Amino acid sequence: MGRVRTFSRRAFLVGSASIAGGVAFGVFKVNTPYPNPLAENLADGEVTFNPWVLIDGNKVTLITPHADKGQGVMSMQAALIAEELDIEFGQFETSFGDPSPAYWNTAMADEAAPFMATDQGRTAEAARTVIASLVKLLGMQGTGGSTAVPDSYVKLRQAGAMARETLKRAASEMTGVSVGQLTTSGGAVHLPDGRTLNYTELAQAASGADPVLRVDLRAPSEWRMIGKPMQRLDILAKSMGTQAYGIDARVEGMVHATVKTNPRQGGMLNGYDAEAAKAMPGVLKIVPISNGVAVVASNTWYAFQAAEAIGFDWGPAPYPAGQDQHWETLSASFSDKHLDSNWRDDGDVEAALGRGEAISAEYRSPYVAHAPMEPLNAIVRVTDAMVEVWTGHQMPTVLQRAVAGVTGHKPSQVRFHNAFIGGSFGHRLEAEYLVQAAQVAVQMKGVPVKMTYSREEDFAHDFPRHISMGRATGTVAGGRVEAIDLQIAAPSVVQSQMGRAGLSPPGPDPQIAAGSWNNPYAVPNFRMRAYRAPPLAPVSSWRSVGAPGAGFFFDSFLDELIHAAGADPMAERIRLMRHDVSRKVLEAVAEMSSWGGELAPNQGRGVAFVESFGVPTAEVVEVTDTEHGIRIDRVWVACDVGQIVDPVNFENLVQGGAVFGLGHAMNCEITYSDGMAEQVNYFDAEAMRMPQCPEIFVKGLENGPKIRGIGEPPVPPAAPALANAIFAATGQRIREMPFSRHVGFV
Amino acid sequence: MKITVNGNRHELDVSPDMPLLWVLRDELNVTGPKYGCGVAQCGACMVHVDGEAVLSCQMPVGDLEGEVITIEGLGTPEALHVVQQAWVEQQVAQCGYCQSGQIMQAAALLQENPDPSDAEIDEAMSGNLCRCGTYPRIRTAVKTASASMRRA
Repeated sequence: MGRVRTFSRRAFLVGSASIAGGVAFGVFKVNTPYPNPLAENLADGEVTFNPWVLIDGNKVTLITPHADKGQGVMSMQAALIAEELDIEFGQFETSFGDPSPAYWNTAMADEAAPFMATDQGRTAEAARTVIASLVKLLGMQGTGGSTAVPDSYVKLRQAGAMARETLKRAASEMTGVSVGQLTTSGGAVHLPDGRTLNYTELAQAASGADPVLRVDLRAPSEWRMIGKPMQRLDILAKSMGTQAYGIDARVEGMVHATVKTNPRQGGMLNGYDAEAAKAMPGVLKIVPISNGVAVVASNTWYAFQAAEAIGFDWGPAPYPAGQDQHWETLSASFSDKHLDSNWRDDGDVEAALGRGEAISAEYRSPYVAHAPMEPLNAIVRVTDAMVEVWTGHQMPTVLQRAVAGVTGHKPSQVRFHNAFIGGSFGHRLEAEYLVQAAQVAVQMKGVPVKMTYSREEDFAHDFPRHISMGRATGTVAGGRVEAIDLQIAAPSVVQSQMGRAGLSPPGPDPQIAAGSWNNPYAVPNFRMRAYRAPPLAPVSSWRSVGAPGAGFFFDSFLDELIHAAGADPMAERIRLMRHDVSRKVLEAVAEMSSWGGELAPNQGRGVAFVESFGVPTAEVVEVTDTEHGIRIDRVWVACDVGQIVDPVNFENLVQGGAVFGLGHAMNCEITYSDGMAEQVNYFDAEAMRMPQCPEIFVKGLENGPKIRGIGEPPVPPAAPALANAIFAATGQRIREMPFSRHVGFV
Repeated sequence: MKITVNGNRHELDVSPDMPLLWVLRDELNVTGPKYGCGVAQCGACMVHVDGEAVLSCQMPVGDLEGEVITIEGLGTPEALHVVQQAWVEQQVAQCGYCQSGQIMQAAALLQENPDPSDAEIDEAMSGNLCRCGTYPRIRTAVKTASASMRRA
């Protein structure tokens, strides 16, 4: 990559895009914007200036294409448009819009590029540009990887500004007043004589005006919304019980269904006996689907009951039947043959390890279920002309391809009505449930079929977070950390997940190592090698993906070395940190928590730092070792996203991320026995409940050079901070999640 | 079979074993109460029956005695229930899927005990799971609602 500098940026961009894409695309193709999908189906009296703004004589509609699974992005996207459009919350409607390549995700490339997030050198930036070009050429619309804010931040403000300036031009043409004399606020253009023209009144005139495409974005000092507390647009409905999720959707003539497929994921159905089930109340139809059966009924509960009454003969799992074999597979993967990538090799690790007394440890991170509160569900109606799908999903184009693959339509004939999602954590990236719903609907043409998973089916057919194993060796000298040699073996989550979408991404899997090598510490001798284990149970992205495992291994081992060196866990991390923005995050969390202050004899504190999704995040956890077990008293989180859009939602997401990270580290895992997940409902994997929830203090810094998303980054440091705190309080070092295998919690 | 939900009388023709939750959701299109677990583990389906907090997934409709109030019957956008008002003020919700149940549980708690201690709040809310982790805000919102009830 060193030679990149000798080429022009554009030559690199197009050349590499051609190679990686396998097709020769010209500069023109990369630079050409996609057509505005709103322009294709404009009703009478409607006008659109870009894919995000639609106005007619009655209302302004803002298109917020990122899926809202609770992170508040519908509101966030609307706020970014509204900031420049000069319209207030309450003066417009929103829509998730139809799937379109025009909504390609401009920020997905950042996480996919194999560079440290803190590396903003020319090579790293050029690689990100290449990948972004590919994402654009593929028209990849999607929500994930904490990208909604960085994807939207500039382009949605531009969309708002272009619409505003075009409306002003229309108003100028209509009134003869020059554009320079016009102002905008509250969804209207104001004339110098005090007259006001609402945007809706200008829709007709604006449809004839030349759109304004060149706009300057306002300086932050002029912002009225960004950075200030907002009331999320969905807060009222979500406090009234009136927010409709996919599971609440209703279509005229709809029937209810559920499915049961082989709990040994991907295993065959050898046979079934549905005689008793057929005769049960409310049952309309029992139909086969891939590796299983669907029950169609007049009520979801009737469908659940009948599905339970079917006798199944399931085939074996296409992966090892027992959990021990999964761990053994990882254990056997620490070899050159499985080396996926050597992510970091600073100093001379071999020499350093030879100098001192080496400390070694092995760590484990288990499979974990997504288990969002809203179980998977979808309504599908198939007709000859088209397919309609009502569900909440993060990848509209994946959904269209998956459903079209079942029904024989073209993907463009699949009309997707995206819905609010009752939690995802990565679950709604997957398409298997859509294929199943389509398989039922295609057998009942014309009838809308609402398919709902039982909670048990949701657990059995989750694609959990991947398991991983870490082996670390290190040395200390003179009270300092001297060397770290970390190796991680895991099956490739990227390969497993993309494979289900029919893709095989080239190169190493960054998620095996994410959260470990990329922490911007200057340990003098630091090597990190990732090993790709053979595929095991099918796995998927789970909120923060690789970083909760690899981050736990790295930070826990760093903590072990710091204790061995006799250094202070906070001071040594700060000393080792070579990245200013990250160092300030550590210093902030130290200050917030009054690190070093007096603690009771049975109390302990741990600190952890993990950078993920470009967000340096540090957490301090304080625990008390009580006679009833470990109690988590207080948590402090500091992180840096460059710019906070809404401080209220930001704090909520950071607190929630910490709860998510702590709760799963405490007591959640999926284990396989006889090829099936042993955990069947929340009593087997409940994470944190209210009485266990500590006070959580949050500080968001804004020193980073790029704006980042906060959905995932608070999760990874929670587990190591808790383990480090338990060590500080009890002297017991826990190297395996869930910690409930080793300690009790109050 | 007849039941009363949010003041409306309904005639039903379903199996008496059917849990109230599925009568509400699929028969009556009252979707505020949510299906989360079906086994009394998450609290998302909580409603009030004659003022008592009840897990509607555990209540066979044939055994129902009393009037059902769901979150839809608790307040209106113009006249929010004091608990809903606190939920809006504290901006509790993330995905919001569990919040119907959280609000119904909190309303039942405050009805019985208008000034609960932290421990009493934790205890009362312990059956309501929130996967997004909004617990710190739920705790604050219950206290906010409690304070405004005592002011009123």
